[in-house]
Amino acid sequence: MTEILSSQVVSGLATGCVYALIALGFVLIFKATDVVNFAQGEFVMVSGFISYTLLIGLGIHYGLVLLATIVLSGVMGVVLERVVVRPIMDAPIFSIVIATIGASIVLRSSAGILYGYDVLPLPTIFSKDPIRVGFVQFTAMDAGVIGFSLVIMVALYLFFKLTRTGTAMRATAQSQTAARLMGVSVTRIFSLTWAISAAIGGVAGVLIAPIIYLDPNLGFIGVKAFAGAILGGFGSIPGAIVGGMLLGVIENLSGYFFNAGIKQVSTYILLILVLVIRPAGLFGAAPIRKV
Amino acid sequence: MFEKMLRLNNIQVIYSDVILVLKGLSLEVAEGQIVALLGANGAGKTTTLKAISGLLKTEDGRVTDGGIEFMERRIDGLDPEDICRRGIVQVMEGRKVLETLTVEENLKIGAYTRRDADGVQRDLRMIYDYFPVLVARRHAVAGYLSGGEQQMLVIGRALMARPKLLLLDEPSLGLAPLLVREIFDIIRKIKDEQGTTFLLVEQNAQIALSIADYGYIMENGRIVFDGPAAKLRGNQDVREFYLGLSEAGRRKSFKDVKFYKRRKRWAF
Repeated sequence: MTEILSSQVVSGLATGCVYALIALGFVLIFKATDVVNFAQGEFVMVSGFISYTLLIGLGIHYGLVLLATIVLSGVMGVVLERVVVRPIMDAPIFSIVIATIGASIVLRSSAGILYGYDVLPLPTIFSKDPIRVGFVQFTAMDAGVIGFSLVIMVALYLFFKLTRTGTAMRATAQSQTAARLMGVSVTRIFSLTWAISAAIGGVAGVLIAPIIYLDPNLGFIGVKAFAGAILGGFGSIPGAIVGGMLLGVIENLSGYFFNAGIKQVSTYILLILVLVIRPAGLFGAAPIRKV
Repeated sequence: MFEKMLRLNNIQVIYSDVILVLKGLSLEVAEGQIVALLGANGAGKTTTLKAISGLLKTEDGRVTDGGIEFMERRIDGLDPEDICRRGIVQVMEGRKVLETLTVEENLKIGAYTRRDADGVQRDLRMIYDYFPVLVARRHAVAGYLSGGEQQMLVIGRALMARPKLLLLDEPSLGLAPLLVREIFDIIRKIKDEQGTTFLLVEQNAQIALSIADYGYIMENGRIVFDGPAAKLRGNQDVREFYLGLSEAGRRKSFKDVKFYKRRKRWAF
């Protein structure tokens, strides 16, 4: 009993780490630019196809594929910001959000046209053989996904805390005017934010695609991650991480205790419950509107 | 050396294409001086600073006539970050610290445009020398500082950019008189020791003129009077209008000032 339960928790945590990465992408862009980017899930999907093409189509080494996918995803983020968001920068936030939904539909359909709608297998370097530590049983893949996600999160934390650019990004998130008066180019910071968010989405794609599936609808995982961000408190970085992880675990356990159908909708039930009971989420402060 | 570091030639500023705020304003700031820009609420003092720093652009305002020259080069129409890189840093009204960053991070953001790590460290120590209260709070989150500490922090942050010209907007706002005195004395000391040039916007004319070298008085989007600070301090009209002092040197009641104001306007 505890064995199965604990392995359910660990594999839930692995999926949850990926949700956390995607949620992080949502929150970074939101904090810096006030925009909720609904194409965040499509970053995950596109990066899955990028790595599939490099790995299967071109037969490149896995490590290089990972690196290339992260870089290409980052480039995709910058391009999306330039092409879709920047031209309508002065429009109301709502219009920009709608534009990102449009972009997500374009990306999803393009992937469908190029690769078809069949589910493709994306290989992984982690084995799926079970490992036992004490009474906890998990796969090397779970451990790999969790470990890799944590490395990315720590790297991001250090980047924001210690580097000059990271500090400038935090400053911009707080006050664009103050940042500009100190010589920070806000447009450059915006590009960089989109690049980082998309690159994190890229990592998430490489990690999650072998676990669930790879098809043009993989982007809908973004909705689940969004729910994770809301659970943690939208706009809070620790919230996105904890919320995403928690969501993965809850989702897995509801599949274990109830059935696969409940597992599918558990995310949305949770999302509604959070919005009704505690809209600010776990880590969120009372909503403040920037004027 | 530029005798006149900053020159505003007859500038006109319009917000949202319709609201005329500055109506042909001319002003000069000589290098190494503190120049005070005085005037009542709504005279256009802050707008003048925003026109110089480029913030106007971000608020749907434009310099529609005249020009702004900094070290003999036109700067009107540039983005705020480019103007900052040329050596003009504005300290906004109302102590806009970056609240979730620590004191030291706030100061380091000030040095964002600089590449000389040694110089930045040296200046950091210099700022802590000028504002010793910040040392104890260096790792505290800036949002939790007191008003006076926040004002010192934003001035320190601006100094970290090693500006040639520092634009200060109402540093006395909402602070206790003793603290205001302390901050203004430090500003004077920084000017004397570092050679930084200041353009100082204030409503508190008395304290501003006590440290300034030169002063301009604004009313309704125009400069109505200017002169060396000593001359302004002695001028009868300035004393009546902005320092609230009658001939005998006693404080005049607000009612009397209002009456006087109704009777006589500045000639321009």
